[in-house]
Order: sequence, then structure tokens, then C-alpha cells
Amino acid sequence: MDYFLDEEQLMIRDLARQIADEKIVPVRAELDEKEEFPWDIMKALAQSDFFGLYIPEEYGGLGKGGFELSIAIEELSRACLGVSTSYAANALGTYPILLFGSEEQKKKYLPDIASGRRLVAFALTEANAGSDAAGVQTTARLEGEEYVLNGTKQWITNGGEAEIYTVIAITDRAKGARGASAFIVEKGTPGFTFGKKENKMGIRASSTRELIFEDCRIPKENLIGRQGMGFIVAMKTLDKSRTGVGAQGVGVAQGAFEAAVNFAKERRQFGAPVISFQAVQHMLADMATQIEAARALVYSVARYIDSGARDVSKESAMAKLFATDVAMKVTVDAVQVMGGSGYMREYPVEKMMRDAKILQIYEGTNQIQRNIIGQSLIKETAKKRQGG
Amino acid sequence: MNIIVCIKQVPDTAEIKINPETNTLMREGVPSIINPFDLHALEAAVRIKEDLGARVTALTMGPPQAESSLREAISMGADDAVLLSDRAFAGSDTWATSYALAGAIRKLGADIVFCGKQAIDGDTAQVGPETAEFLDIPHVSYVRNIEWIRDNTIRVQRLMDEGYDVVESPLPVLLTVVKELNQPRMPSLKGKMAAKKAQIRMMGKADIEADEDSLGLKGSPTKVKSIFAPETKAGRMMIEGGPEEQVDILIKELRKIKCL
Repeated sequence: MDYFLDEEQLMIRDLARQIADEKIVPVRAELDEKEEFPWDIMKALAQSDFFGLYIPEEYGGLGKGGFELSIAIEELSRACLGVSTSYAANALGTYPILLFGSEEQKKKYLPDIASGRRLVAFALTEANAGSDAAGVQTTARLEGEEYVLNGTKQWITNGGEAEIYTVIAITDRAKGARGASAFIVEKGTPGFTFGKKENKMGIRASSTRELIFEDCRIPKENLIGRQGMGFIVAMKTLDKSRTGVGAQGVGVAQGAFEAAVNFAKERRQFGAPVISFQAVQHMLADMATQIEAARALVYSVARYIDSGARDVSKESAMAKLFATDVAMKVTVDAVQVMGGSGYMREYPVEKMMRDAKILQIYEGTNQIQRNIIGQSLIKETAKKRQGG
Repeated sequence: MNIIVCIKQVPDTAEIKINPETNTLMREGVPSIINPFDLHALEAAVRIKEDLGARVTALTMGPPQAESSLREAISMGADDAVLLSDRAFAGSDTWATSYALAGAIRKLGADIVFCGKQAIDGDTAQVGPETAEFLDIPHVSYVRNIEWIRDNTIRVQRLMDEGYDVVESPLPVLLTVVKELNQPRMPSLKGKMAAKKAQIRMMGKADIEADEDSLGLKGSPTKVKSIFAPETKAGRMMIEGGPEEQVDILIKELRKIKCL
């Protein structure tokens, strides 16, 4: 379907597709097998300006929005979700600085992020804090001109590979959710080390590690926004980035769908290509319809957010929820359409199915997304009652 | 430093067919690309720009539609582009092409001129060296590595059948490059946006102060007598069967001719 992309958006899509086809598709199986971080591809994306897509021009970026970022993420995800996760996690790590950072912080960090010279990671999750963000145990204590960080972050995407980390830590436990703050921590800071690299079911090209802070001292200026704003920073960041996860869902579903269609045209049973059988056609028809619906929702929400809408929690949760559930269903069905071949590592769809599962889990499980939507519905009805 | 990269727009030979009657390429409907070797030349120039600072100009001689190749060169890092185009150039062989290119390069001025080692449509590998001769500057062909550039001197490695030569040359110099030199980059988004807006400078025969008789068909000493497909070599053998079977046959045959 034609979504009326403008000339520059088409350029972004086509170049992302070219990089995906030429640089990612040939190596994705090997990256998955070896759990190898895709540095060559990150460098190609950097050289082609993709890391600066959503960063304002004054900091060396292209000044585009979340919509253009979604287009790029979708194309990369069509080839490999492990690669697109490594790419998209940068935006997640950058949003706290972009949305709440001081002018000095933006000047210091954004140009390096935009050029791709330094990767970024966002660190919220801990052993006892994920869906329940208020469970964060990592602390940051102000001592003179420095904050002292202690604690362990878990399952951090781009952990170890990134050089800049935006970290949520508790500055005043007595204040509950208002007691958290966001910080910038650079790799190499004494007291900041990395734990084990996780061995994952999917997105194995991406790096997932623990971040360990042991009396890690950072300058006071590395506080993002004001003390106590940590949860607002985290929530607004996730509101912004969720459509990107939705775009990942659209992309991986599209990739699996294309593989299934091509296979169904080639594979012959009972003297005919299997695509000629209604049972297969109906599966493919459902897959195509679901993908198009997911894409339409993700694009609409991304454009809505870029328009400057204030509260986008519900819409971004819907885009993430719907598109990633579609991704799971479509990748499972792609394996089914391809039968025994689909189950084999020789074909890309079993990897896509393993990869897709994470989309229903990270950046807020799809159950949490439903909570967000539900809470928005309650708020909306309360407002209506007040108004009427 | 000024660097000129000569590029040629060629039909994508991966998708080309030969007219069986005339034995010439059927160019209709075939997508055009930048000659792949020229991409390595462009990449080398852009890397010098990034390391030492330079102005990179892409130059092509061809019909007006060759402009799209120049825009692509800008999207990959060229600063500007010149299209050398004139009806008088039609029918040029490598001699007349080199003559015209040299005229343009003389006007533009260059410390280093890069060319691909050859174009994939003609495969002559003549235009680079001939252009250097018309310019009366040294050239090094088949460059596979650039070691350094300093004090108006460049040191490169020239790929040979066995190993390589290390060659030093004063600037200005013309280099033709092989694909071993580097891995050409993808275009960048900023480059593509710049390419869309870029002004392509046009040059015609008047701009290069050419001798009319040296241009186009008139200036081309090459006369094509006939075009034919070479006979395929005899004495070949295709081995079939499963991998193990094939290896057995291969070993037997190699022993037969005393290679093993």
C-alpha cells in the first residue's frame, strides 16, 4: 500500500533496504549462530548517517522524526531483528538526553551519537525492577560535586558495546517514584563494569549484558533534568521509543511473509505449487492483512507523535502491542507455511520466529502495554465525567 | 588538494544480453550503473579527503543522462561533479575519450586523478593511462594500496601477476585502481540529499579548447572491423555426481595428467 512518503522518506527507506539486502541478509545467519555483535553493519549505518536520523541538525543529525526512524527500523528488521535491535536501542538510550538533557549535555553527547562514533544504551531494568519500574534498587548518592552509583542493571541492550549509558537510579528512596533520577554514565568510568553476556533465544546478534556500579563516581553535571525526574524521563522515553518496537514487528513480519510467499510459489505438492491451495492462500491472506493493519497503525501513531501531541502513552502502547503480536503470529505462520523447511536453519524464518518473541517482552511486555491502554481509558472516562 | 575521479556510466552487465546478429550489447531497458572499478576510485578519493582534506570532483564524459551517475557519486562523498557532454564527442574511441577528458582535467586542475582500472563494458583499460599521456603527467595503473601522500609525492602499491610493486611518484599523478584497494561505501543520507540539490557543472567542446579533428568519430583511430564471440576452448570436462564421487573423479583425472 502507498503511504505517501515524501521524497526524503523514500530515500531513507530505499537506502535502509539497500543496506539490509547487501550488508545484513548475507551475514544474519552467521551473526545469529555466533552471537556476534554486528559492528560492520553499525559502521555502515553510521557512515550512511542513520544514527543521526532523529537528532536535530544543530547537533549533526538530519532533524527527522520518529516516523522516519520507524521506516528505517522496519527495513532493517525485515532483514534481521538482532541488528535492528542494536540500532534501535541507540534511540532508546538517546531520548533521555534529547528530551530532558541540558544544552551542555546535548552539545557534548549528541554529535558523537549522531555520527555513530559512540553507541548508546538505556538502563532501567534490574533483577527486581522491570515492569515494576518503582522496584529500582540502584542508588545514586550526591557527595560534593559527584554522584556515587551502586547497584546492578540487568539485560541491558548494547551493554558493553555502547560507550554512553543513560541510567535510572534512586536518589531518595523515601520519595518513592519521585525519588528516582536519570544519569549519563560513560564507559570507562572507574567503578563501572560489565557482567556476563546473556545467551538468548533470539536477537542473538544484539548484546545483552549486566551493568555493575560499585562506588562509580560521576560528575554532578551528568544528572539528566532535575533530581527526582527519573521516572518521568523513563516513561517519556518509552512513550517515544515504543513505536520503534512496533516498526520492528512490522519489519520482521514482512520479512517472514516474503520468505513464506516465495517458498509457497516454488514448493510443489500434489502436482501443484502449494500457494495454489486455498488452505495456504488463506494463511498468507491473513498474514498480509495483519501486516498491513500493523503498519498502518505504527505509521499513524509515529506521525501523531511527531506532530507534537502531548500525551501519547496510549497510542504508542497500542502500536507496540498490536504490531508485535502480529509479528509473533505471522512469523509462526510463516514457519507453518514452509513446513519442515521453515523449521530448518537453512531458511531464515525459524530465526525470525525466535527473534520476534522478544518484541512481546521488551520495552514493556504486551501485558504492561494493555495496562497502559487500560489506565488511559480510565483517565479519559474520568475526564469526560468531569466535563459533562 | 584537488582530486578528480573519472567515472563512466555503464550498462549493468549482470543484466545484459547480446544481440546474436550484430554481436553488440543490447542496451535498451538495461539499468545503468557506475562502472564498479570507478566506485573503488571514488572511495579512495573520499578517504584521502577524510584523512588529509581535499576537494573531490567526479568527472564523466557521456550523454546527458550520465548526470544520474554524477549525482550518485556526490551521494557517496564527491564534493561536486562535471559532465563533459557534447554531440561532437559522439563515437569517441579510447583515444578521443582520453583526449577530451584530459582537456577537461587541464581546465579543472588536479593533484591526483583517479580512474577505475577499466570499464566493464569495453574492458580496454586504456582510457586512464592515455589520459595521463595527454596530460603529460605520470601514471600508475592497477593500484591496490595507497601507502602515503606527503611533500607532493605519493607512494602506492601496484598489483602485479605475482605480488606487487611499490611505486613513488610526484604529484600530479593519475592512478587507475583495482578492487583490492578498498571497499566502496554505501551512499549516505546527507550525501543523497546534497546530490539531489547539487548543481552539475556542464562542459562542452568549447570549454576544453579542443582541436575539432581530435574529437568523436573523426578523432578516433580505432575502427571496429568485426565483432564475434570467441570460440570456446576445447578439452574441457564437466564432473557430475555427488561430492565424494566428484572428488574421486577429479583426483583420478589430475593423476592422469600428472598434476598429482
